[in-house]
Amino acid sequence: MMDLRPRSHPTYLAFLVHRISGLLLALFLPLHFWALGGAIQGEAALEGFLRWTDRPLVKAAEFGLVLLLAAHLAGGLRVLALEFLGWRRRQKDLVAASAGISLAAGLLFLLAVF
Amino acid sequence: MNRVAQGQMHLWIAQRVTAMVLALAVTVHLVTIILAVRGGLTAAEILGRLRGDALWLGFYAVFALCAGLHGAIGLRNIAGETLGWRGRGFDLAWLGIGLATAGFGIRAAWGLYAA
Amino acid sequence: MVEAAGTLEVSIWRGGAEGAMQRYQVPARGNQTVLDIVTHIQRELDPSLAYRFACRVGMCGSCAMMVNGRARWTCRTHASRVIGADGRLGLRPLANLPVIRDLATDMAPFFDKWARARGRFQPKDAPDGAVPQEFHVVPPASKQRREADAGIECIGCGVCHASCDVVAWNPDYLGPAALNRAWTLVNDVRDGARQERMEAVAGDAGCHSCHSTQSCTERCPKQLDPSAAIAGLKRSLFWDTLLGRRA
Repeated sequence: MMDLRPRSHPTYLAFLVHRISGLLLALFLPLHFWALGGAIQGEAALEGFLRWTDRPLVKAAEFGLVLLLAAHLAGGLRVLALEFLGWRRRQKDLVAASAGISLAAGLLFLLAVF
Repeated sequence: MNRVAQGQMHLWIAQRVTAMVLALAVTVHLVTIILAVRGGLTAAEILGRLRGDALWLGFYAVFALCAGLHGAIGLRNIAGETLGWRGRGFDLAWLGIGLATAGFGIRAAWGLYAA
Repeated sequence: MVEAAGTLEVSIWRGGAEGAMQRYQVPARGNQTVLDIVTHIQRELDPSLAYRFACRVGMCGSCAMMVNGRARWTCRTHASRVIGADGRLGLRPLANLPVIRDLATDMAPFFDKWARARGRFQPKDAPDGAVPQEFHVVPPASKQRREADAGIECIGCGVCHASCDVVAWNPDYLGPAALNRAWTLVNDVRDGARQERMEAVAGDAGCHSCHSTQSCTERCPKQLDPSAAIAGLKRSLFWDTLLGRRA
Protein backbone atom coordinates (compact mmCIF):
# COMPACT_ATOMS: atom_id res chain seq x y z
CA MET A 1 0.00 0.00 0.00
CA MET A 2 1.46 3.32 -1.09
CA ASP A 3 2.00 5.84 1.70
CA LEU A 4 -0.06 8.83 0.62
CA ARG A 5 1.17 11.21 3.31
CA PRO A 6 4.22 12.48 1.38
CA ARG A 7 2.01 12.88 -1.69
CA SER A 8 -0.83 14.90 -0.20
CA HIS A 9 -0.62 18.02 -2.32
CA PRO A 10 -2.65 19.34 -5.28
CA THR A 11 0.00 18.95 -7.96
CA TYR A 12 0.49 15.28 -7.05
CA LEU A 13 -3.24 14.77 -7.45
CA ALA A 14 -2.99 16.49 -10.83
CA PHE A 15 -0.24 14.05 -11.82
CA LEU A 16 -2.32 11.04 -10.69
CA VAL A 17 -5.37 12.19 -12.65
CA HIS A 18 -3.17 12.79 -15.70
CA ARG A 19 -1.51 9.40 -15.48
CA ILE A 20 -4.67 7.38 -14.87
CA SER A 21 -6.68 9.20 -17.53
CA GLY A 22 -3.77 8.80 -19.96
CA LEU A 23 -3.48 5.09 -19.27
CA LEU A 24 -7.20 4.48 -19.77
CA LEU A 25 -7.33 6.61 -22.93
CA ALA A 26 -4.28 4.87 -24.41
CA LEU A 27 -5.93 1.50 -23.80
CA PHE A 28 -9.25 2.72 -25.22
CA LEU A 29 -7.72 4.24 -28.37
CA PRO A 30 -7.06 1.01 -30.32
CA LEU A 31 -10.57 -0.15 -29.35
CA HIS A 32 -12.05 3.11 -30.64
CA PHE A 33 -10.21 2.84 -33.97
CA TRP A 34 -11.05 -0.84 -34.32
CA ALA A 35 -14.75 -0.20 -33.69
CA LEU A 36 -14.82 2.70 -36.16
CA GLY A 37 -12.87 0.72 -38.73
CA GLY A 38 -15.31 -2.16 -38.42
CA ALA A 39 -18.41 -0.03 -38.41
CA ILE A 40 -17.67 1.64 -41.72
CA GLN A 41 -18.32 -1.34 -43.89
CA GLY A 42 -21.17 0.84 -45.04
CA GLU A 43 -23.80 3.18 -43.71
CA ALA A 44 -25.95 0.32 -42.42
CA ALA A 45 -23.12 -1.18 -40.38
CA LEU A 46 -22.29 2.22 -38.88
CA GLU A 47 -25.95 2.84 -38.08
CA GLY A 48 -26.11 -0.58 -36.39
CA PHE A 49 -23.06 0.26 -34.30
CA LEU A 50 -24.48 3.65 -33.32
CA ARG A 51 -27.76 2.09 -32.23
CA TRP A 52 -25.76 -0.34 -30.08
CA THR A 53 -24.18 2.68 -28.37
CA ASP A 54 -27.62 3.99 -27.41
CA ARG A 55 -27.71 1.69 -24.36
CA PRO A 56 -27.55 3.60 -21.08
CA LEU A 57 -24.45 1.71 -19.98
CA VAL A 58 -22.59 2.68 -23.16
CA LYS A 59 -23.80 6.28 -22.79
CA ALA A 60 -22.43 6.35 -19.24
CA ALA A 61 -19.10 4.96 -20.49
CA GLU A 62 -19.04 7.64 -23.19
CA PHE A 63 -19.57 10.31 -20.57
CA GLY A 64 -16.62 8.83 -18.66
CA LEU A 65 -14.47 8.93 -21.79
CA VAL A 66 -15.32 12.57 -22.51
CA LEU A 67 -14.45 13.43 -18.93
CA LEU A 68 -11.14 11.49 -19.15
CA LEU A 69 -10.26 13.19 -22.42
CA ALA A 70 -11.05 16.64 -21.06
CA ALA A 71 -9.14 15.94 -17.84
CA HIS A 72 -6.12 14.69 -19.76
CA LEU A 73 -6.24 17.70 -22.08
CA ALA A 74 -6.43 20.15 -19.19
CA GLY A 75 -3.69 18.36 -17.23
CA GLY A 76 -1.55 18.30 -20.35
CA LEU A 77 -1.92 22.05 -20.76
CA ARG A 78 -0.67 22.39 -17.18
CA VAL A 79 2.44 20.33 -17.98
CA LEU A 80 3.11 22.23 -21.22
CA ALA A 81 2.76 25.58 -19.44
CA LEU A 82 5.25 24.49 -16.78
CA GLU A 83 7.73 23.05 -19.25
CA PHE A 84 7.58 25.44 -22.15
CA LEU A 85 6.42 28.71 -20.65
CA GLY A 86 8.31 28.31 -17.39
CA TRP A 87 5.28 29.08 -15.22
CA ARG A 88 6.27 28.30 -11.68
CA ARG A 89 4.31 30.28 -9.13
CA ARG A 90 0.88 29.74 -10.61
CA GLN A 91 0.90 25.96 -10.37
CA LYS A 92 -2.05 25.73 -7.96
CA ASP A 93 -4.14 27.97 -10.19
CA LEU A 94 -3.20 25.73 -13.09
CA VAL A 95 -4.42 22.65 -11.24
CA ALA A 96 -7.70 24.36 -10.38
CA ALA A 97 -8.15 25.54 -13.95
CA SER A 98 -7.48 22.02 -15.24
CA ALA A 99 -10.16 20.57 -12.98
CA GLY A 100 -12.58 23.28 -14.04
CA ILE A 101 -12.07 22.73 -17.76
CA SER A 102 -12.58 18.97 -17.55
CA LEU A 103 -15.69 19.27 -15.41
CA ALA A 104 -17.15 21.86 -17.75
CA ALA A 105 -16.57 19.63 -20.77
CA GLY A 106 -18.13 16.66 -19.00
CA LEU A 107 -21.20 18.65 -17.99
CA LEU A 108 -21.61 20.04 -21.50
CA PHE A 109 -21.59 16.49 -22.83
CA LEU A 110 -24.20 15.43 -20.28
CA LEU A 111 -26.41 18.38 -21.22
CA ALA A 112 -25.98 17.67 -24.90
CA VAL A 113 -26.71 13.97 -24.67
CA PHE A 114 -29.94 14.17 -22.64
CA MET B 1 25.55 12.81 -26.26
CA ASN B 2 25.35 9.06 -25.95
CA ARG B 3 22.92 7.40 -28.34
CA VAL B 4 20.71 5.87 -25.65
CA ALA B 5 20.06 9.17 -23.86
CA GLN B 6 19.56 10.90 -27.20
CA GLY B 7 16.96 8.33 -28.26
CA GLN B 8 15.13 8.77 -24.96
CA MET B 9 15.18 12.53 -25.38
CA HIS B 10 13.80 12.20 -28.91
CA LEU B 11 10.90 10.13 -27.57
CA TRP B 12 10.21 12.89 -25.04
CA ILE B 13 10.33 15.52 -27.78
CA ALA B 14 7.97 13.44 -29.93
CA GLN B 15 5.57 13.19 -27.02
CA ARG B 16 5.56 16.93 -26.35
CA VAL B 17 5.24 17.89 -30.03
CA THR B 18 2.32 15.48 -30.46
CA ALA B 19 0.89 16.89 -27.22
CA MET B 20 0.84 20.38 -28.71
CA VAL B 21 -0.94 19.15 -31.84
CA LEU B 22 -3.32 17.08 -29.72
CA ALA B 23 -4.17 20.07 -27.54
CA LEU B 24 -5.74 21.65 -30.61
CA ALA B 25 -7.12 18.45 -32.11
CA VAL B 26 -8.74 17.25 -28.87
CA THR B 27 -10.39 20.63 -28.39
CA VAL B 28 -11.87 20.39 -31.89
CA HIS B 29 -12.84 16.77 -31.19
CA LEU B 30 -14.59 17.60 -27.91
CA VAL B 31 -16.50 20.50 -29.44
CA THR B 32 -17.52 18.32 -32.40
CA ILE B 33 -18.68 15.55 -30.05
CA ILE B 34 -20.73 17.89 -27.91
CA LEU B 35 -22.32 19.53 -30.94
CA ALA B 36 -22.89 16.24 -32.77
CA VAL B 37 -24.55 14.28 -29.97
CA ARG B 38 -27.34 16.82 -29.55
CA GLY B 39 -30.46 15.05 -30.70
CA GLY B 40 -28.64 11.73 -31.09
CA LEU B 41 -26.09 10.41 -33.55
CA THR B 42 -27.04 8.90 -36.89
CA ALA B 43 -24.84 7.30 -39.52
CA ALA B 44 -26.27 9.54 -42.22
CA GLU B 45 -25.39 12.65 -40.26
CA ILE B 46 -21.80 11.52 -39.60
CA LEU B 47 -21.19 10.47 -43.19
CA GLY B 48 -22.84 13.65 -44.44
CA ARG B 49 -20.21 15.60 -42.55
CA LEU B 50 -17.15 13.50 -43.39
CA ARG B 51 -17.73 11.76 -46.73
CA GLY B 52 -15.51 13.18 -49.44
CA ASP B 53 -14.20 16.01 -47.28
CA ALA B 54 -10.41 16.06 -47.64
CA LEU B 55 -10.04 18.62 -44.85
CA TRP B 56 -11.67 16.35 -42.27
CA LEU B 57 -9.66 13.39 -43.65
CA GLY B 58 -6.42 15.32 -43.19
CA PHE B 59 -7.47 16.44 -39.71
CA TYR B 60 -8.31 12.92 -38.57
CA ALA B 61 -5.18 11.42 -40.16
CA VAL B 62 -2.90 13.86 -38.30
CA PHE B 63 -5.01 13.42 -35.15
CA ALA B 64 -4.71 9.61 -35.33
CA LEU B 65 -0.97 9.71 -35.99
CA CYS B 66 -0.33 12.00 -33.01
CA ALA B 67 -2.70 10.13 -30.71
CA GLY B 68 -1.15 6.76 -31.57
CA LEU B 69 2.40 7.94 -30.95
CA HIS B 70 1.52 10.00 -27.87
CA GLY B 71 -0.34 7.13 -26.23
CA ALA B 72 2.38 4.56 -26.96
CA ILE B 73 5.13 6.78 -25.53
CA GLY B 74 2.99 7.36 -22.45
CA LEU B 75 2.45 3.61 -22.03
CA ARG B 76 6.21 3.14 -22.43
CA ASN B 77 6.86 5.49 -19.52
CA ILE B 78 4.29 3.79 -17.30
CA ALA B 79 5.60 0.31 -18.19
CA GLY B 80 9.18 1.38 -17.54
CA GLU B 81 8.39 2.92 -14.19
CA THR B 82 5.95 0.39 -12.79
CA LEU B 83 6.93 -2.89 -14.50
CA GLY B 84 10.61 -2.20 -15.14
CA TRP B 85 10.22 -2.72 -18.90
CA ARG B 86 13.19 -0.66 -20.04
CA GLY B 87 15.61 -0.71 -22.93
CA ARG B 88 15.91 -0.25 -26.65
CA GLY B 89 13.92 -3.38 -27.50
CA PHE B 90 10.91 -2.20 -25.53
CA ASP B 91 11.23 1.32 -26.98
CA LEU B 92 11.14 -0.01 -30.53
CA ALA B 93 8.18 -2.23 -29.66
CA TRP B 94 6.23 0.74 -28.25
CA LEU B 95 7.07 2.79 -31.32
CA GLY B 96 5.71 -0.06 -33.46
CA ILE B 97 2.55 -0.26 -31.36
CA GLY B 98 2.08 3.50 -31.65
CA LEU B 99 2.43 3.47 -35.44
CA ALA B 100 0.15 0.43 -35.76
CA THR B 101 -2.52 2.16 -33.65
CA ALA B 102 -2.15 5.27 -35.78
CA GLY B 103 -2.51 3.11 -38.90
CA PHE B 104 -5.80 1.71 -37.58
CA GLY B 105 -7.03 5.23 -36.96
CA ILE B 106 -6.03 6.47 -40.40
CA ARG B 107 -7.73 3.46 -41.96
CA ALA B 108 -10.92 4.35 -40.09
CA ALA B 109 -10.67 7.97 -41.22
CA TRP B 110 -10.15 6.86 -44.80
CA GLY B 111 -13.18 4.57 -44.51
CA LEU B 112 -15.38 7.48 -43.41
CA TYR B 113 -13.99 9.66 -46.20
CA ALA B 114 -14.49 7.07 -48.92
CA ALA B 115 -17.74 5.55 -47.63
CA MET C 1 12.70 26.22 30.20
CA VAL C 2 9.13 25.23 29.59
CA GLU C 3 7.59 22.66 31.93
CA ALA C 4 7.07 19.16 30.58
CA ALA C 5 3.46 18.84 29.47
CA GLY C 6 2.89 15.09 29.46
CA THR C 7 4.61 12.41 27.44
CA LEU C 8 5.09 11.82 23.73
CA GLU C 9 4.92 8.41 22.15
CA VAL C 10 7.78 8.30 19.64
CA SER C 11 8.58 5.31 17.42
CA ILE C 12 11.91 5.19 15.64
CA TRP C 13 13.37 2.89 13.02
CA ARG C 14 16.14 0.73 14.48
CA GLY C 15 18.43 -1.34 12.27
CA GLY C 16 19.69 -1.16 8.71
CA ALA C 17 17.76 -2.26 5.63
CA GLU C 18 16.20 -4.86 7.93
CA GLY C 19 14.94 -3.64 11.24
CA ALA C 20 11.89 -2.62 13.21
CA MET C 21 10.25 0.36 14.84
CA GLN C 22 11.05 0.86 18.51
CA ARG C 23 8.97 2.92 20.91
CA TYR C 24 10.18 5.55 23.34
CA GLN C 25 8.42 7.73 25.89
CA VAL C 26 9.71 11.28 25.67
CA PRO C 27 8.65 14.24 27.83
CA ALA C 28 6.59 16.70 25.82
CA ARG C 29 7.74 20.28 26.06
CA GLY C 30 6.07 23.43 24.94
CA ASN C 31 8.79 24.24 22.51
CA GLN C 32 10.84 21.44 20.99
CA THR C 33 11.98 20.39 17.54
CA VAL C 34 11.92 16.87 16.18
CA LEU C 35 15.71 16.92 16.35
CA ASP C 36 15.49 17.86 20.05
CA ILE C 37 13.39 14.75 20.62
CA VAL C 38 15.86 12.48 18.83
CA THR C 39 18.73 14.03 20.78
CA HIS C 40 16.85 13.51 24.05
CA ILE C 41 16.38 9.83 23.24
CA GLN C 42 20.03 9.36 22.34
CA ARG C 43 21.36 11.21 25.37
CA GLU C 44 18.89 10.08 28.03
CA LEU C 45 17.30 6.81 26.91
CA ASP C 46 19.34 4.91 24.38
CA PRO C 47 22.91 5.96 23.50
CA SER C 48 23.09 3.37 20.71
CA LEU C 49 20.68 5.37 18.52
CA ALA C 50 22.42 6.54 15.32
CA TYR C 51 21.38 9.79 13.64
CA ARG C 52 23.07 12.72 11.96
CA PHE C 53 23.09 16.46 12.61
CA ALA C 54 25.54 19.32 12.72
CA CYS C 55 24.39 22.93 12.75
CA ARG C 56 20.87 22.68 14.29
CA VAL C 57 19.86 25.91 12.54
CA GLY C 58 18.89 24.84 9.02
CA MET C 59 22.14 25.45 7.22
CA CYS C 60 24.09 22.20 6.97
CA GLY C 61 21.42 19.92 5.51
CA SER C 62 22.37 16.81 7.48
CA CYS C 63 19.39 16.12 9.78
CA ALA C 64 16.63 15.29 7.28
CA MET C 65 14.43 12.27 8.11
CA MET C 66 11.01 10.87 7.34
CA VAL C 67 8.72 12.45 9.94
CA ASN C 68 5.31 10.75 10.04
CA GLY C 69 5.92 9.55 6.48
CA ARG C 70 7.10 12.87 5.09
CA ALA C 71 10.68 14.04 4.50
CA ARG C 72 11.57 17.09 6.60
CA TRP C 73 14.55 18.91 8.06
CA THR C 74 14.18 17.95 11.71
CA CYS C 75 16.13 20.85 13.26
CA ARG C 76 13.60 23.40 11.98
CA THR C 77 10.50 21.27 12.44
CA HIS C 78 8.56 21.95 15.62
CA ALA C 79 7.24 18.74 17.13
CA SER C 80 3.89 20.36 17.92
CA ARG C 81 3.28 21.02 14.21
CA VAL C 82 3.80 17.44 13.04
CA ILE C 83 2.45 15.29 15.85
CA GLY C 84 -0.86 13.87 14.68
CA ALA C 85 -4.18 13.97 16.47
CA ASP C 86 -3.29 10.57 17.91
CA GLY C 87 -0.30 12.16 19.67
CA ARG C 88 2.19 9.95 17.87
CA LEU C 89 5.44 10.66 16.14
CA GLY C 90 7.08 8.17 13.75
CA LEU C 91 10.65 8.70 12.55
CA ARG C 92 12.37 6.78 9.79
CA PRO C 93 15.58 7.31 7.82
CA LEU C 94 15.35 9.40 4.65
CA ALA C 95 13.65 7.48 1.82
CA ASN C 96 15.28 6.47 -1.49
CA LEU C 97 18.76 6.05 0.04
CA PRO C 98 20.50 3.05 1.62
CA VAL C 99 20.16 2.94 5.40
CA ILE C 100 23.42 2.73 7.33
CA ARG C 101 21.83 2.36 10.75
CA ASP C 102 18.73 3.69 12.49
CA LEU C 103 18.13 7.25 11.24
CA ALA C 104 21.41 7.64 9.34
CA THR C 105 21.34 7.07 5.58
CA ASP C 106 24.23 6.72 3.20
CA MET C 107 24.20 10.02 1.28
CA ALA C 108 26.88 8.87 -1.20
CA PRO C 109 24.47 7.87 -4.01
CA PHE C 110 22.78 11.27 -3.62
CA PHE C 111 26.00 13.26 -4.03
CA ASP C 112 27.31 10.91 -6.73
CA LYS C 113 24.35 12.10 -8.76
CA TRP C 114 25.48 15.72 -8.36
CA ALA C 115 28.82 14.70 -9.83
CA ARG C 116 27.11 12.79 -12.66
CA ALA C 117 25.00 15.87 -13.45
CA ARG C 118 28.21 17.89 -13.69
CA GLY C 119 27.28 19.90 -10.63
CA ARG C 120 30.72 21.48 -10.36
CA PHE C 121 31.48 24.99 -11.52
CA GLN C 122 34.01 24.97 -14.34
CA PRO C 123 35.48 28.42 -15.05
CA LYS C 124 35.13 29.36 -18.69
CA ASP C 125 38.46 31.11 -19.18
CA ALA C 126 40.61 29.14 -16.79
CA PRO C 127 39.82 25.45 -16.84
CA ASP C 128 43.06 24.78 -14.97
CA GLY C 129 41.84 26.88 -12.07
CA ALA C 130 44.01 29.92 -12.74
CA VAL C 131 42.63 33.40 -12.09
CA PRO C 132 41.09 34.69 -15.33
CA GLN C 133 42.48 37.78 -17.04
CA GLU C 134 39.14 39.55 -17.23
CA PHE C 135 36.28 39.41 -14.76
CA HIS C 136 32.78 38.69 -16.03
CA VAL C 137 30.24 41.37 -15.38
CA VAL C 138 27.13 39.61 -14.06
CA PRO C 139 24.23 42.04 -13.57
CA PRO C 140 22.19 40.67 -10.64
CA ALA C 141 18.96 41.60 -12.41
CA SER C 142 19.79 39.74 -15.65
CA LYS C 143 17.41 36.90 -16.53
CA GLN C 144 20.10 34.23 -16.34
CA ARG C 145 21.41 35.38 -13.00
CA ARG C 146 17.90 35.43 -11.56
CA GLU C 147 17.35 31.85 -12.76
CA ALA C 148 20.61 30.80 -11.11
CA ASP C 149 19.83 32.70 -7.90
CA ALA C 150 16.43 31.01 -7.65
CA GLY C 151 18.09 27.64 -7.07
CA ILE C 152 21.41 28.52 -5.49
CA GLU C 153 20.44 28.25 -1.82
CA CYS C 154 20.21 24.44 -1.85
CA ILE C 155 21.71 22.93 1.32
CA GLY C 156 21.82 19.37 -0.04
CA CYS C 157 19.54 17.91 2.63
CA GLY C 158 18.03 15.27 0.34
CA VAL C 159 14.39 16.03 1.22
CA CYS C 160 13.46 16.46 -2.46
CA HIS C 161 15.27 13.26 -3.43
CA ALA C 162 13.36 11.38 -0.72
CA SER C 163 10.04 12.91 -1.83
CA CYS C 164 10.44 12.08 -5.53
CA ASP C 165 8.50 9.13 -6.94
CA VAL C 166 10.62 9.05 -10.09
CA VAL C 167 13.73 8.38 -7.96
CA ALA C 168 11.87 5.52 -6.30
CA TRP C 169 10.86 4.09 -9.68
CA ASN C 170 14.24 4.53 -11.34
CA PRO C 171 17.23 4.59 -8.95
CA ASP C 172 19.44 5.89 -11.79
CA TYR C 173 17.34 9.07 -12.06
CA LEU C 174 19.52 12.03 -11.11
CA GLY C 175 16.77 13.55 -8.99
CA PRO C 176 15.61 17.09 -8.21
CA ALA C 177 18.65 18.35 -6.25
CA ALA C 178 21.31 17.36 -8.80
CA LEU C 179 19.21 18.67 -11.70
CA ASN C 180 18.49 21.91 -9.83
CA ARG C 181 22.23 22.33 -9.32
CA ALA C 182 22.88 21.69 -13.02
CA TRP C 183 20.31 24.36 -13.96
CA THR C 184 21.99 26.98 -11.74
CA LEU C 185 25.29 26.31 -13.53
CA VAL C 186 23.70 26.33 -16.99
CA ASN C 187 22.60 29.87 -16.12
CA ASP C 188 26.00 30.91 -14.82
CA VAL C 189 27.62 32.90 -17.61
CA ARG C 190 31.08 32.30 -16.10
CA ASP C 191 30.76 28.53 -16.52
CA GLY C 192 32.33 26.79 -19.50
CA ALA C 193 30.87 23.27 -19.32
CA ARG C 194 27.34 23.88 -20.60
CA GLN C 195 27.60 21.36 -23.42
CA GLU C 196 28.82 18.45 -21.29
CA ARG C 197 26.29 19.31 -18.60
CA MET C 198 23.33 19.37 -21.00
CA GLU C 199 24.41 15.99 -22.33
CA ALA C 200 24.72 14.62 -18.81
CA VAL C 201 21.19 15.63 -17.82
CA ALA C 202 19.38 14.35 -20.96
CA GLY C 203 17.41 11.13 -21.23
CA ASP C 204 15.48 8.85 -18.87
CA ALA C 205 18.07 9.08 -16.09
CA GLY C 206 17.94 12.86 -16.41
CA CYS C 207 15.39 15.62 -16.74
CA HIS C 208 13.18 13.81 -19.28
CA SER C 209 11.79 11.41 -16.67
CA CYS C 210 10.32 14.19 -14.52
CA HIS C 211 6.50 14.15 -14.51
CA SER C 212 6.01 17.46 -12.70
CA THR C 213 4.38 15.94 -9.63
CA GLN C 214 6.23 18.84 -7.97
CA SER C 215 6.72 16.95 -4.71
CA CYS C 216 10.28 18.36 -4.65
CA THR C 217 9.03 21.94 -4.89
CA GLU C 218 6.27 21.23 -2.39
CA ARG C 219 8.64 19.72 0.20
CA CYS C 220 11.85 21.77 -0.20
CA PRO C 221 12.54 23.33 3.22
CA LYS C 222 14.33 26.23 1.53
CA GLN C 223 11.32 26.94 -0.71
CA LEU C 224 13.33 26.30 -3.84
CA ASP C 225 11.60 25.11 -7.02
CA PRO C 226 13.61 22.17 -8.43
CA SER C 227 10.63 21.25 -10.60
CA ALA C 228 10.93 24.55 -12.45
CA ALA C 229 14.69 24.02 -12.82
CA ILE C 230 14.08 20.60 -14.40
CA ALA C 231 11.52 22.17 -16.73
CA GLY C 232 14.18 24.71 -17.70
CA LEU C 233 16.61 21.93 -18.62
CA LYS C 234 13.93 20.21 -20.73
CA ARG C 235 13.11 23.49 -22.47
CA SER C 236 16.77 24.23 -23.25
CA LEU C 237 17.39 20.73 -24.61
CA PHE C 238 14.19 20.95 -26.69
CA TRP C 239 15.26 24.15 -28.43
CA ASP C 240 18.91 23.03 -28.71
CA THR C 241 17.70 19.94 -30.57
CA LEU C 242 15.13 21.67 -32.76
CA LEU C 243 17.38 24.52 -33.75
CA GLY C 244 20.31 22.18 -34.35
CA ARG C 245 22.48 23.64 -31.63
CA ARG C 246 24.83 20.94 -30.43
CA ALA C 247 23.27 18.90 -27.65
